Amino acid sequence: MIQKKRLKDLTLLEKLYIPEIVKGMSLTFQNMFRPAFTMEYPEVKFVPPASYRGRPVLALEENGEERCVACGLCARICPALAIEVQAAETDREKERYPEKFEINMLRCIFCGFCEDVCPEEAILMSKDYELAFSNREDAIFGKDKLLTPVSKLKDRIEFLRLYK
Amino acid sequence: MIIYDFLSELFGSPVLAAFIQSFIPLIFLIPFALFAVWLERKVSAFMQDRIGPNRVGAHGWLQTVADILKLIQKEDIVATNANKPLFNIAPVLVFAGSYLAFAAIPFSSAFIGSGIDLGLLFIVAASGFVVAGILMGGWASNNKYSLLGAVRSAAQVVSYEIPTVLVILSVVMLTGSLSLYELSEMQTSSFYNWVIFGGTAPTLQKILLIPFMFIGFIIIYISSLAEVNRTPFDIPEAESELVAGFHTEYSGMKFAMFFLAEYANMFAVSAIVSAIFLGGYQSPFGYLGNTIGWEWLVPIEQFFWFAAKGIFFVFVQMWLRWTLPRLRVDQLMALCWKYLIPIAFVNLLIIGIIVIL
Repeated sequence: MIQKKRLKDLTLLEKLYIPEIVKGMSLTFQNMFRPAFTMEYPEVKFVPPASYRGRPVLALEENGEERCVACGLCARICPALAIEVQAAETDREKERYPEKFEINMLRCIFCGFCEDVCPEEAILMSKDYELAFSNREDAIFGKDKLLTPVSKLKDRIEFLRLYK
Repeated sequence: MIIYDFLSELFGSPVLAAFIQSFIPLIFLIPFALFAVWLERKVSAFMQDRIGPNRVGAHGWLQTVADILKLIQKEDIVATNANKPLFNIAPVLVFAGSYLAFAAIPFSSAFIGSGIDLGLLFIVAASGFVVAGILMGGWASNNKYSLLGAVRSAAQVVSYEIPTVLVILSVVMLTGSLSLYELSEMQTSSFYNWVIFGGTAPTLQKILLIPFMFIGFIIIYISSLAEVNRTPFDIPEAESELVAGFHTEYSGMKFAMFFLAEYANMFAVSAIVSAIFLGGYQSPFGYLGNTIGWEWLVPIEQFFWFAAKGIFFVFVQMWLRWTLPRLRVDQLMALCWKYLIPIAFVNLLIIGIIVIL
């Protein structure tokens, strides 16, 4: 109904189309002098905001201890079955640490459930999005690649405390 | 003209001179096509707030050269069920059709491929070659999309030739010549003598003619856009509907031929429109060569103006492409048969009456 009314309202000048085309052309011409939005990727890299869910990593405390207690909740919730945890005892009483912690980056779907479910704030989504592998073995990230100092993850921890 | 005399003196044979001369537009055309492809990509990028090619050479100006090198190396694929002879001839024919038009277009007062008296008629006839090539390529590909694109293109080009010819006819009534060379020579000395401003007619006629000449110019520009299958009339190669239209099955150098033909065609129609209405190679004001007494400079200046006008209209075609959406098939035909042809007929009639006065 609204469109019908609009069609009726077209004046002769609008029906000629040519003035309207000129209007459109002036718009595109103005656009030519606007700065481009393009980011020249390999040289200039996009820094995502704290809400970005990149590659999941394990937090490493300042004193060199890992936060993970190997409860296995992340492995349990992972919808893509990407996480594998094997627990081992520590010297302290009633505490465990992950002997083996592997995330298969070919399976990970970056849903962030592991981060949501983690009781220790140990597994966190980082800002790393450059994930390319030349073979399947490289895509399985062990503890050596996963452990990241907490200082690098402050953004994300703050974000989680505010919004989670 | 001067170049032809020079060549026939150099080789001592008019046949050999004509043969050599037939390659001269190509020397201009191939660099132009490389430049125009780059320009198109840059223009589209700037209009969409992007950067466009910028990796090969400064501002990416070598990008098209790199593309050509890539296309040369590509495998020449012919579909199993394609009609091979026709499939191979089609791109050559399409390019030949657009190159034929350059025979009658004067590049400057010193150079015209062939100064035949029926230049305009020849160009109209030669553009039929392009349709034959497109139809041949589309049919020989043995592909539904190609055939659809080719049939659409044939319908479109044949329809839009009518308003073009009607406008040309109204100009010919005024100037009394079908030769583009003579037409360009008539519009000399000042932009006020251009046909769009009524040519060299007496003052009263001129003032009466100007609005109708403007209408004729708009009609011929719209129909020339349709004849070279450019947006908003690019339904023969509508990417979103027909993959790539008539050249879906082509790859490598044959695809490059179609591409070259498209850009050659774009320049050809721009040059024809500017030769008919905007003085062709004539400068809008006097020549520097005449003022400082260097007669030899004039043809070079004329070539500059010819190229400038042509490239400007090619730019306008690109500008329109990145502004307007594509027309539907029925809208396209309606625009031609219900609006452009009647308007062109009335325009022809009015101009005829004014010319008799």
